[in-house]
Amino acid sequence: MSIAEVDSTALNKAASSDSPSFVRRLLRHKLAAVCIAYLFVLVGIAIVAPIALPDIAEQNAGSLDAVLSPPSLDHLLGTDQLGRDVLDRLLVGTRTTLVGVGIAVLVVLAVGVPLGLAAGYFGGWVDRAVTWVSDLLFGLPGIVVVLLVLAVFPYSMVAAMTTFGVLVSPAMMRVVRVSVLPIERELYIAAARAAGLSRPYIIVRHVVPRVSGAIIVQTSVLAGLSLITQCGLCFLGLLVKAPEPSWGGMVADGVQMIIQSPWLIWPPGVLITVTVLVLGLLGDVSRDALTAAWAAPLRSRRRLPVAAAADSDSTVAVDTGAVLTVRGLKVGFQSHGGAETRVVDGVNFDIAPGETVGLVGESGCGKSATAMSIVGLLPGTGQVEAGSIFFGGRDLTTLSDSELNQVRGRDIAVISQEPMVSFNPTLRIGWQLAEIVRRHHHVSRAEARSRVLDLLAQVHLPDPAAVAASYPHELSGGMAQRVAIARALAGDPSLVIADEPTTALDVTVQAEILGLLRELQANRGMAILLITHDWGVVAEMCQRAVVLYAGQVIEQGPIIPVFQEPRHPYTKGLLMANPHGVPSTAALPAISGTVPPPGQWPSGCRFNDRCAYATAACGESAIPLMSVGTRREARCIHSFMLEGESA
Amino acid sequence: MSTVMTKNAHESGGRTVQNSGGRVVIVPPRPSAAVRRVASLVDAQIAGLVLKRLATAIVLLLVVSALSFVLISLTPGDEARAIVGLGGTEEQYLQVRVELGLDKSVPAQYWQWLTHAVQGDLGDSLTTNEPVVNSIQTRLGVTLSLMVLSMILSLVLGVLFGVISAVRGGVTGRLVDALGVLGFAVPPFWLAAALITIFAVNLGVLPSTGYVAPDESIGLWLQSLVLPVLALSIGGIGAIAKQARDGMLEALGSEYIRAARTSGISSTSIIFRHALRGAALRVAAVTGWITISLLGGAVFVESVFAIPGLGSLAVTAATQHDIPLIQGVVVIFTAIVVIVNLGTDLLNIWIDPRVRVA
Repeated sequence: MSIAEVDSTALNKAASSDSPSFVRRLLRHKLAAVCIAYLFVLVGIAIVAPIALPDIAEQNAGSLDAVLSPPSLDHLLGTDQLGRDVLDRLLVGTRTTLVGVGIAVLVVLAVGVPLGLAAGYFGGWVDRAVTWVSDLLFGLPGIVVVLLVLAVFPYSMVAAMTTFGVLVSPAMMRVVRVSVLPIERELYIAAARAAGLSRPYIIVRHVVPRVSGAIIVQTSVLAGLSLITQCGLCFLGLLVKAPEPSWGGMVADGVQMIIQSPWLIWPPGVLITVTVLVLGLLGDVSRDALTAAWAAPLRSRRRLPVAAAADSDSTVAVDTGAVLTVRGLKVGFQSHGGAETRVVDGVNFDIAPGETVGLVGESGCGKSATAMSIVGLLPGTGQVEAGSIFFGGRDLTTLSDSELNQVRGRDIAVISQEPMVSFNPTLRIGWQLAEIVRRHHHVSRAEARSRVLDLLAQVHLPDPAAVAASYPHELSGGMAQRVAIARALAGDPSLVIADEPTTALDVTVQAEILGLLRELQANRGMAILLITHDWGVVAEMCQRAVVLYAGQVIEQGPIIPVFQEPRHPYTKGLLMANPHGVPSTAALPAISGTVPPPGQWPSGCRFNDRCAYATAACGESAIPLMSVGTRREARCIHSFMLEGESA
Repeated sequence: MSTVMTKNAHESGGRTVQNSGGRVVIVPPRPSAAVRRVASLVDAQIAGLVLKRLATAIVLLLVVSALSFVLISLTPGDEARAIVGLGGTEEQYLQVRVELGLDKSVPAQYWQWLTHAVQGDLGDSLTTNEPVVNSIQTRLGVTLSLMVLSMILSLVLGVLFGVISAVRGGVTGRLVDALGVLGFAVPPFWLAAALITIFAVNLGVLPSTGYVAPDESIGLWLQSLVLPVLALSIGGIGAIAKQARDGMLEALGSEYIRAARTSGISSTSIIFRHALRGAALRVAAVTGWITISLLGGAVFVESVFAIPGLGSLAVTAATQHDIPLIQGVVVIFTAIVVIVNLGTDLLNIWIDPRVRVA
C-alpha cells in the first residue's frame, strides 16, 4: 500500500511543459507505448470476456473430476477447489476490477482537478479553504472509512469506490494546485484577463492544457492505488458476492487452499501486480517525459580518458615561482545528446604568491568554469578536456578526487557567490566551521571551537560566540559573507578563489567585504583569484587582470596599463561601458550584440562580429595571444591600433 | 515572526561607526539578541503548533464520527429491525428502537453518541453487545506492535536503500528503484499469502497464522510477527526509499554541499552528516502518510494472518454491519494518525531550524 506520489516538486516542474507535445513524446517512448497497449488489451477483455463467457459469473462448480488441477492444455492456468477454470475466471473478473478502478478515477478527476484549479487559480480564501479540506481528508485512515461505508451499504462497489476516490482526491488536487500556481503568474494569463475573457474560459483554454501532463501522471499512479484497494476489498469478500469472480476474490480462494494448492494465489497475484506495475511505470515514464533527467552522479569524471596534449599558445613560459599556473585549459560539458560543448578553450594564466588576479568577463565567458576546474568541482557533466593546472608542483588535473579533497579547503579555498545558501541550513555555524577546522588541522573539539571563534573574530564579527551559536538563516547577507570568508580561512590556504564575492550584497557591505579581503591578504600573504564582471572591484583589489571572452583569454596584464591603455577592443569596450558593473545579463552599451553562447563561437577572432576595428583578416584564422608589452598579452591583430589610446 | 531574521543590518538597527581607517562601517546588531529571541519563540511556537494540531484533530474526529450517522440516515431500514429479526413483534421492535436511540432524529442521535464518546463510551457492539471501547482496548496493543515494528523496519531499510540509490547510482541504484516500484505494485494481502507459502508451508520455519501475546512469550511473539511485519512494510520501504533518494539527490545538488566540497569535507561526512539531514526532512514529511497506509495495510495483513488486531476487527464489523464497532475503529485510527502527525511536526522543528521562525 503505497503511493509513489506526494512528489510535488517533480510534478511542479511538469507544469511548464506543453500538453500536446507531451502526449506525443509519451507515445514515442517505447515503454510507455507498451504500457498503454497493455491497458487497452485489459479494457478489451473487460468488455468482451463476460459476453464471450456468459456462464462463468454464475458458475458454482466446474469440472468436479478436475478439482485443483495444475496448469494443463485443458485448463491453461489450472482449476480451483470447485474445478472452475482459473483463466476463465480471471478474464471475466477483469470487468469488476476495472469498473471499480474507473469509478475511483472518475471521482478523483471530478473532485481533485476542479478543486486544484480553483485553489491554484483564485488563491486567497479559496486556496486556504480547499487546502484545509484536503489536509483534513488526507488525515483520514482511508481503508477503514471505506469499510464503514461498506458496513452501511453492503456490497456496494459504487459507494465504496466513490468514497475511496473522494479520500484520495487531495493527492490530485495538490498536484494540480502546484502546477497552476506558476502559470497563473505568467504574463499571457494577465493579458487574457485584461482582454476581458471570463475566468472559466481562461482556465479551460489556457490553464488546463498546461497542467494536463501532471494530471496524467497522477491519474496513472492513483489508478494503480485504486486497483490495489478494489482487489483488497474483493479479497476481504466485501465487494463481490460469490460465485462472481474478481481478481482479489481469487486470491482469497487461493489462500484457503494454500496448503493443498499453493499455485492458486499466483495467477491473480501476478495479474494484479503487473497491472499496478504498468500503471506505476506509465506514471514514472510520463514524469520523465515531463521533466528532464536531473540526477547527477556524486563523482563526476574529471577528465576524458585520453586527454589531448596541452596545446599552449601562450607566449608566457611556465613561471616556476607562481602559486598557480594554468596552461591550455579546456573545459567541456556533455549535452543530453552526448555532444561536447566547449566552454573554456585553451586558457593560460599564472598567479604569484600573495598576488590578487582578477578574472574578468561577461557571464558566459567561462570564468566560473575555469575557477571550478581548479578545485575539480565542475557542475554536472563538466570535465577538463585538456591542459594542466599546476599547484604546489603537482598537476591538479591528474589527481584523484580523494587526493584533490586533501587540497580543497587546505591549500585552495573557495568563497562562493551566494554566502546565504552556501551553509547547511540545518546546522549551527560554529559546528560547520569546526568540522572544516578539524578536517584540516586534526585538533580536539575544544581546540577547534576556540579556533572557530578566533576565525570569526578575524573577519570582524562583533560577537563570535553568538554567531557560532546561530543558524545560517539568522545571519544577514553581509554577516554570512564574513562567515564564508572565515570558512575559507579555516584551512590556512595559500590560494583563495573568490567567485563574485560581493555580487549578492548591498553596495555599502560590498566595500566592507573587499576591505576585509585586502586586510586578510596583507596579514596572511595568500593569493586571491577574484572572479568578477565589475571593473570597480578589479581596480580596488587586483594587481593583474585576466580578461576572458568566449572561453579564451583575450587580454592579460598588470592592472594599471590594462586600465589606462587596453590593447583589446573588447577590454576597451568593457571599460568604457562598465566602470562599476552593470547587471551582467544586460547588453553592454558600448559594444553591440551579446557574448556568443558556447558552441556557437565564430571562427577566427571570436569578438569579430561585435568589434568596431574588425577587418576581413579577423575572420580568417584563429588569433593567437601576442605579447604587447611587459608581461602583457592581447589576442588581437589590430592591437597596435589601440596603442596610445586611453579607455 | 520573520522579523526575527536579521535580513539587513540597516533595517534591524545596525549602528554606523567609523573604524580606525576613517571608513564608515555599519556594525551589524549583536546576533546574540536575535538568537535569544528565537529560542524563546520556539517554545511558544511548539505550543501553538500542538494547539493547532489538536483543533484539527477535533474537527477531524467530529467529521469522521458524524459521517456514519449521515450514512445511516441515507439507508432504508434500521438495525433494530435486523436485531429483532423476522420473528419479532412490533412491540419488541419499537423497544429495541428506543434502546438504540433510533426513535430520535439523526442530529439528536449523533449528539447522544458524542456526549457519551467524550466520556469514553463509544457505544455497544451490535453483534456482541460488548462495549466498543473494551473490544478496542484488548486489540489496540496488537495492532500497535505490528505498526511500530513495521514503521521501524520501513524507516531503517527505506532510508538505507534511498541513500544507496542516491549515492551509488548505476545498477545498485536501479535495483533500489525497482524495489520501490515493486513495493508499490505488490498488494500486501497477496504478499502475505506468498510469504506464508514460502516460509510457513515450504520451509516451515515460521508460523503461518496466529498471534502470541508478548506476555506469553517474547520469542513466539516476535516469531508470529515476522511475516506480517514483512508483508506490511514492503510498501513503506519503497515509499521511504524514494523520498530518501530524492531528498539526498536534492541535497547533494545544493549550493551548501558544493561549498562543503570546496572546503575539503570528506565524502562520508557530506553524505551522512550534511545530505542525510536534507533527506530526513522529506522522509519526516511523509511519515504521517506512511502511517495511514500502514493502518490500511494492517486491515488486510491482520485478516490473512488471523491476527486479533483492530484491522481484522474492522473487517469483521464491516461484514456483520456492526456500525458502532467499526465507527470506534475509525475514531481510534484517526486519533493514531493525528498523534503521529503531531510527532512528525515536532521532529521537523527539531531537524530544521528554519521552520521555527517560518
